[in-house]
Amino acid sequence: MTALTTLAASVHLASVEAILAAGALVVLMLGSFRGDRSLVPLTWVAVGIMALAGVHVMVVPEGGATAFGGLYIGDAFANFFKVLILGGAAVSAVLALPYLKESATARFEYPVLILLSALGMCMMVSANDLLTLYVGLELQSLAAYVLAAFHRNEARSSEAGLKYFVLGALASGILLYGISLVYGFTGTTSFAALHGLVRGTAGADIGVLIGLVFILSGLAFKIAAVPFHMWTPDVYEGAPTPVAAFFASAPKAAAMGLLLRVAVGAFGGMTLDWRQIVTFVSIASMLLGAVGAIGQSNIKRLLAYSSINNVGFALIGLAAATREGVTAVLFYMAVYLVMTLGSFLCILQMRVPDGTPVETLASLSGLSRSRPGLAAAFAVFMFSLAGIPPLLGFWPKFAVFQAAVDAQLYALAVVGVVASVVGAYYYLRVIKSIYFDDPAPAFAPADSHTNTALIGVAALFCSPLGMFAITPLVAAAGHAARALL
Amino acid sequence: MTFPILTTIVLLPVVAALWVLLAPGSDDRRATNARITALVVTLLELALGVVLWLSFDTSTAAFQFVERADLFAPFLSWHLGIDGIALMLIVLSTFLMPFCILASWTSIQTRVPEYMAAFLLMETLMIGVFAAQDLFLFYLFFEGGLIPMYLIIGIWGGARRIYASYKFFLYTLLGSVLMLLAMIYMASVAHTTDIPTLLRFDFARDVQTWLWLAFFASFAVKMPMWPVHTWLPDAHVEAPTAGSVILAGVLLKMGGYGFVRFSLPMFPQASVELVWLVAVLSVVAVVYTSLVALVQTDMKKLIAYSSVAHMAFVTAGLFVFNTQGLEGSILMMLSHGLVSGALFLCVGVIYDRRHTREIAAYGGLANVMPRYALFFLLFTMASIGLPATSGFVAEFLVLLGTFAASTWLALGMTTGIIFGAAYMLWLYRRVVFGTNDAPEILAMPDLSPRELATLLPIALAVLWMGIYPASFLRPLRAPVAAIVARLHAGPTPEAVPVPGGATAGSLAR
Repeated sequence: MTALTTLAASVHLASVEAILAAGALVVLMLGSFRGDRSLVPLTWVAVGIMALAGVHVMVVPEGGATAFGGLYIGDAFANFFKVLILGGAAVSAVLALPYLKESATARFEYPVLILLSALGMCMMVSANDLLTLYVGLELQSLAAYVLAAFHRNEARSSEAGLKYFVLGALASGILLYGISLVYGFTGTTSFAALHGLVRGTAGADIGVLIGLVFILSGLAFKIAAVPFHMWTPDVYEGAPTPVAAFFASAPKAAAMGLLLRVAVGAFGGMTLDWRQIVTFVSIASMLLGAVGAIGQSNIKRLLAYSSINNVGFALIGLAAATREGVTAVLFYMAVYLVMTLGSFLCILQMRVPDGTPVETLASLSGLSRSRPGLAAAFAVFMFSLAGIPPLLGFWPKFAVFQAAVDAQLYALAVVGVVASVVGAYYYLRVIKSIYFDDPAPAFAPADSHTNTALIGVAALFCSPLGMFAITPLVAAAGHAARALL
Repeated sequence: MTFPILTTIVLLPVVAALWVLLAPGSDDRRATNARITALVVTLLELALGVVLWLSFDTSTAAFQFVERADLFAPFLSWHLGIDGIALMLIVLSTFLMPFCILASWTSIQTRVPEYMAAFLLMETLMIGVFAAQDLFLFYLFFEGGLIPMYLIIGIWGGARRIYASYKFFLYTLLGSVLMLLAMIYMASVAHTTDIPTLLRFDFARDVQTWLWLAFFASFAVKMPMWPVHTWLPDAHVEAPTAGSVILAGVLLKMGGYGFVRFSLPMFPQASVELVWLVAVLSVVAVVYTSLVALVQTDMKKLIAYSSVAHMAFVTAGLFVFNTQGLEGSILMMLSHGLVSGALFLCVGVIYDRRHTREIAAYGGLANVMPRYALFFLLFTMASIGLPATSGFVAEFLVLLGTFAASTWLALGMTTGIIFGAAYMLWLYRRVVFGTNDAPEILAMPDLSPRELATLLPIALAVLWMGIYPASFLRPLRAPVAAIVARLHAGPTPEAVPVPGGATAGSLAR
């Protein structure tokens, strides 16, 4: 009886995951019986399931209670990320509809895979044990590998899927090896126990340190931080555009949440040790992301480098390793999610008349003449990603720099601002194509009103009006950060 | 609650910009609507600026018309307020804007609503810079100005517009981000983003130098000071006429305003220590850019280089730390805003007719365009600093202040005046005098009523400032006195070498 009550309490605490798991199975069943033509209704069912899960995020206790024998934790930190994950996943499911119909890959598995991936991500951010972490990560990744190869008749998509799978498997192996080392030297995989056991350089076991390096490397792969970023441009380019939008949004946020929990939560005692690693990864990502994007002529590759660049900035907050720093990272990921989804939505709205999606920068030429509204929204996202005030995208950068200065990491902050200037160049190149160049052949008119509405909302959020969201968003991020630190 | 006049003056243009962009109708009707809305709104702004000036209390250095709302906590708050210096620069901005709109009335024919919206947005951001009382609100307006200016240069500019727009954007951005870090540090040490509070805060001496240098990186680029001035000629030459007017008239003043508002009163000790740097750069700028201006073949480029030289007067005057120098510098900013703006408008007038800026393509304009020749002469003389024009008062005060600090510095700056007379008079001789029988020249009509309406008010303002500068100096008195007091309150260093061997002791004289 007591075992049953414990289980019931655990499931209650993990109701978000329970809803997603059950929902994914229901959608899968419905799809198997009704076939591919039910893609649209099934997508909306999936969105409904995610909305229901989102409502449950608000109701489940966030006091840091653990479930399943300490493997799982429900706290404000996890809830903050779950809202981002569910929002990002739901938008990614919806924005794909016109694309999938056009490219004749309208298969019902798409919303199922998104749901399963979202389930994995929610487990990642609620993980309280290295093994839960691994299970969540693998569930998310496996769904993502399939999504990358979703265009199964197209060589480029299959190549992207395979590349992502091979490199992802390698990263998982590295991560597992790190976990085994940590377990071998400390005798536990629980975050709470590790937090108490692990001490800084003075008393550190060299084995734990090596294990930590391996774990961080595996996670750096998932957030696409330099030097584990090589897969990103290829996968973004090869994968279907809506899938690339998904990769750039929710999984990034989830992996960043996981990284924060592992670094600050479990290995909080070794801050001085991992700070060097994070600082290096941050600087390398910012610089390589900024420089690498300059030569790109494919928009998806450009946005891939942009995501590498942005992860570098977010990591500044982690390097600070203070509550302000964690708050800044959370704030950063929330705003980044909207900016990047907005940019991909804009790309999805542009198709040349024969139905092929737009991929090269040159085809954006003169967009401001043919589609002024879309051009303005795209410009807002670009200036926002570049971090130019008064657009909202400036403030997350501001927050991480503030955290770095407060933590006296002046050199990191200086490199960061210089990298932001270098990075501004390629965003300006996009704006130049849109506004300064002579018009290219006009695009086919956009038919998706849902996507148009989503672009409008995202653009308003990133515009100066979005500054009114600063106060509630930072308050929520601060509340979440307190659960961790 | 009193009428929030500063919020109104800051936000009115952006509301108008939205209306201009979103107004329905055919292209022609939208263009007409954009022109008329922009003109009416900029005139309203001018009226509000005049109201501000008339109801301003000149007896105090305190910030007036203060408005505050904690909207964007924890990062910044909406906090506005002005002192006399900000007041005069706001009046200058609102004064120049209607002429920018008028100057673009016929010369801009493509994407008119976007153009007018960009200028209205620019006005919001410019006034915001001068009215901001929160550190990061200031930064927001200061940086935000890059976006509309980038678009103005890039969309409506000349042949090399794309290169110029990139250069303008990235140069200015690089300078500003270092200032941003300094601001973040200041906020973190002082636990406030409130500018009036920070003005009274004493930063540690060794930190001051770094903060000063970070702010210097931003303001020196914006000013621009030699050797980081190279974006200016490119941006000026490629920008459309009204864009050049705004660049020269107001955007450059943000650098000078930054020195007055931040560098001098917040880091007084660092300012005193680093006088040598500013002095050397100013003298080099005056001599070097004047020489460069002499050999230019493009009218806009010549005026752009003359701007750099005039801005060197501003920096030299600011960093002699006495009342005359400071007042002269601020007056120089106002005067240069009017005069260089008017000179660019003059170039725009003949560019609209002949479609070239090459000096060699002109000559003998005095015969065909006598009224134009008169106005051009007046502004040329004002640029040189002829008595009874605004340029004279400003240059005289700056030189007076400089001479009190260092004879050698004054000598260096005076050379600039001689060179200035040389290149401006030579420009005038080549363009207006002589003979040129080319049929295009003979066919050029004299000023139209619209062009007259843009040049005449500026000419009157230039004469007013030259004949009765007290109207413009009165609001500056109290804030300048406060800054001078602040600069001399700190511990005086024993010996700070200034070019020519003057010491800090003589600075205080």
